Amino acid sequence: MAAAAALKQDAATAIDGYDPTVYHPVTSPSGVEISIRDFRLWYGASQALHNITMDMQKGMVTSLIGPSGCGKSTLLRSLNRMNDLIDNLRVAGEIRLDGEPLFGPQVDVIALRKRMGMVFQKPNPFPMTIAENVTYPLKVDGVTNKRLLAEACEAALKGAALWEEVKNRLNDSALGLSGGQQQRLCIARAIAGNPDVLLMDEPCSALDPIATMRIEQLIEELKSSYTIVIVTHNMQQAARVSDNTAFMYLGRLIEYGATKEVFTNPRSKRTEDYVTGRFG
Amino acid sequence: MADMAQMSDDYSPDRSDSAASALSVVTRRKASDLTARGEPMVWAMGGSLAFGLMMILGFLALIFWNGLTAFWPKPVEVVTMTDGHVIAGEPVRTESYKPQKDALEALPANLRASIEAHGGMSTRTLYRIGNYDFYSNDFQWVPVFNVKKVERPGDLTLVERQEWGVFIGRLVSISEDGKQMSISALDAEHDKARALRGKRIAIETDEVGSINRQINALRLSVRRAEINYGQGSPEANAEAGRAAAETAKLNLDFDRLSQKAAAARAAEDALKIKVAEIGGETREFGLADFVRYYDANALSLLQKFGVYFSRWYEFLTADPREANTEGGVWPAIFGTLVMTVVMSLLVAPFGVVAALYLREYAKQGRIVSLVRICVNNLAGVPSIVYGVFGLGFFAYVLGGSIDRMFFPERLPNPTFGTGGLLWAALTLALLTVPVVIVATEEALSAVPRSMREGSLACGASKWQTIKWIVLPRAMPGIMTGLILAMARGAGEVAPLMIVGVVKLAPALPIDGMFPFIHLERSFMHLGFHIYDVGFQSRNSEAGRSMVFVTALVLMVLVLALNAVSIRVRNRLKRRFAGDKF
Repeated sequence: MAAAAALKQDAATAIDGYDPTVYHPVTSPSGVEISIRDFRLWYGASQALHNITMDMQKGMVTSLIGPSGCGKSTLLRSLNRMNDLIDNLRVAGEIRLDGEPLFGPQVDVIALRKRMGMVFQKPNPFPMTIAENVTYPLKVDGVTNKRLLAEACEAALKGAALWEEVKNRLNDSALGLSGGQQQRLCIARAIAGNPDVLLMDEPCSALDPIATMRIEQLIEELKSSYTIVIVTHNMQQAARVSDNTAFMYLGRLIEYGATKEVFTNPRSKRTEDYVTGRFG
Repeated sequence: MADMAQMSDDYSPDRSDSAASALSVVTRRKASDLTARGEPMVWAMGGSLAFGLMMILGFLALIFWNGLTAFWPKPVEVVTMTDGHVIAGEPVRTESYKPQKDALEALPANLRASIEAHGGMSTRTLYRIGNYDFYSNDFQWVPVFNVKKVERPGDLTLVERQEWGVFIGRLVSISEDGKQMSISALDAEHDKARALRGKRIAIETDEVGSINRQINALRLSVRRAEINYGQGSPEANAEAGRAAAETAKLNLDFDRLSQKAAAARAAEDALKIKVAEIGGETREFGLADFVRYYDANALSLLQKFGVYFSRWYEFLTADPREANTEGGVWPAIFGTLVMTVVMSLLVAPFGVVAALYLREYAKQGRIVSLVRICVNNLAGVPSIVYGVFGLGFFAYVLGGSIDRMFFPERLPNPTFGTGGLLWAALTLALLTVPVVIVATEEALSAVPRSMREGSLACGASKWQTIKWIVLPRAMPGIMTGLILAMARGAGEVAPLMIVGVVKLAPALPIDGMFPFIHLERSFMHLGFHIYDVGFQSRNSEAGRSMVFVTALVLMVLVLALNAVSIRVRNRLKRRFAGDKF
């Protein structure tokens, strides 16, 4: 009871006069892929994101952590403008991909999404064959050459470490795969279009520990080729797979920096409480 | 916390009066026994369902029983009355009734006393006596007190004729060109007469009909030339000259064929049969007029089945005769089928596209809600109103314009400017489009959001997502809507009566004549056929069994159409739910 009351107290001060984001040095071998500047977002009248400013590094895994409702998924879905589907959405500030702004009337959302693959919380294979699922991004681009499609399908499935398991049943329905396989299929689909960025929205939350381990291994393998942004509930997972970690709370970015720094040396009280498991 | 402690104290025993009632509730709860109890509402719900099922099953049983037994050959009874009068006929049904006073007074005292003992009620039987050309009556009621005796002699024959309904009596002799033949040659001679008749009809309808059409086409081409170039212009005159020459040639053909037909008719008429009705009066009929005959009381079970199936075969494949109360309903079956299919082809794309716009593209708000309410209300407009609209707008306005633009030479005879299959199908499409829109909208909104998001995240445009992900996924639901629309459309009669259904259509909407599909033609429909036979014919008693048989056929037809679409739907469903294609 006392702890909860204290937390309530804490949250109240955070809303009124919140502390500025704590930035640690980030792991960054080759520059910035996505830069977010003073980004704000409203669902109708309620503000979901407050003044987010951060740089996501090229070829790195950036994880977004925080308790439920902190806005990490909203931020992720802002990166490929998936939030456009929601009515009464309003944004301010800016996000740039490789220096190009993402919001604005002149932006082709479809071209933007082609540069970002996305993997969702629950596996969502289409009711088609495995091969058709993987080559869907190519179908969208109008590719009809059978040889090309077969090659892309094989490459993507190998990239997603699924090839060995499904190579003999590429023409079976994707709905017959297990949950873990379906999620790897969705990863294969996301990388088949050869994007720059891979967005993952809690990709392991619907999977068992073994399937989760495989996906984590896969992320490790993929990060040499893609910039990965992963939202996760699981702090151990963030610690295991990511290079940089952003901790969010109530729509604000609290602390951001190299994963090791954030986890071992948090400077904000709330981050410390969260990463040590005191709340969340 | 302190409050909680206070509350829990209140619940302990031996407290003040104010807590007593709460206490009693708690103790009653604790003391209640664990015996299971019934749920009274279940009885109400189950009872309602059972009542509904009983009504449906009763209705189906009525239709099926009456429809399936209508063609079973009945025995023919010979009834001798107390006054010596004799009739022969099929007993149709028996009922109790109150005899007229003067009829009672004419009875002997003992009979009158027994009727009065039954409260003035007696029974009577309806006999189908046939022989309309003899008696000017097809049916006769026979009161039970007038009957002296009832027999079933084996030598009575029931004949179904091309005209005048059935004949019941005895076959006396057959003759060809006045030359008498033994009655034993009847079957062979009948086959011969029917073959001759078939040939003559082929000449009259196909060959002569073809010449008539050609002559008509020539007349129309002259009219067209006159309209295009002006009356008396050189082009029109040239066309008229050409047409006159062709027509003269065709007229020669026509005369030749007329002679051929007349010869065929003479050969057919040469075969005569002499019959005697039960009273002994004899007459001579053309043997070719006999459709079917059998000795009603001497049939073996196998022969009965033969008659039964031969009647079904005629019913399903032949044209109607005797003002639709006899013969077949093939044109009506065909018309219903073609109209329903054309309607589905019209309503499916239209309804689905409209629903796609409403659900996927339109900004959800007050106007869209209003549109949705209007669409739903359209389903409640009486169908006859659609019929009036169809006639006024489709047939007269649209069809009239088509006639003026494309068929001016045929005016004032309308081509599209009157009721026809196309307009009927369009009217029914309008009538059923709300069903399709509502079902499609529901199916679209049931497509999981994750599917759309997955597709959009792959860089698919909205239309690509709809085309490849949303529509295939929604297809089973859309098919359900289409099935409902089809069932509604196939059973609708009121609007069709105004926009193109006729009692007797001269030709089928699809035939061997260019352009093969004639959507402008009027057509026959099973639903209208039921109404016509049951209520519009000279002899409603004769049409009674046909009403049931036609209703049975219509139901089976709708069921068959639905079965096909349900199969398609289930295959789609399996595809999107299971792991196998």
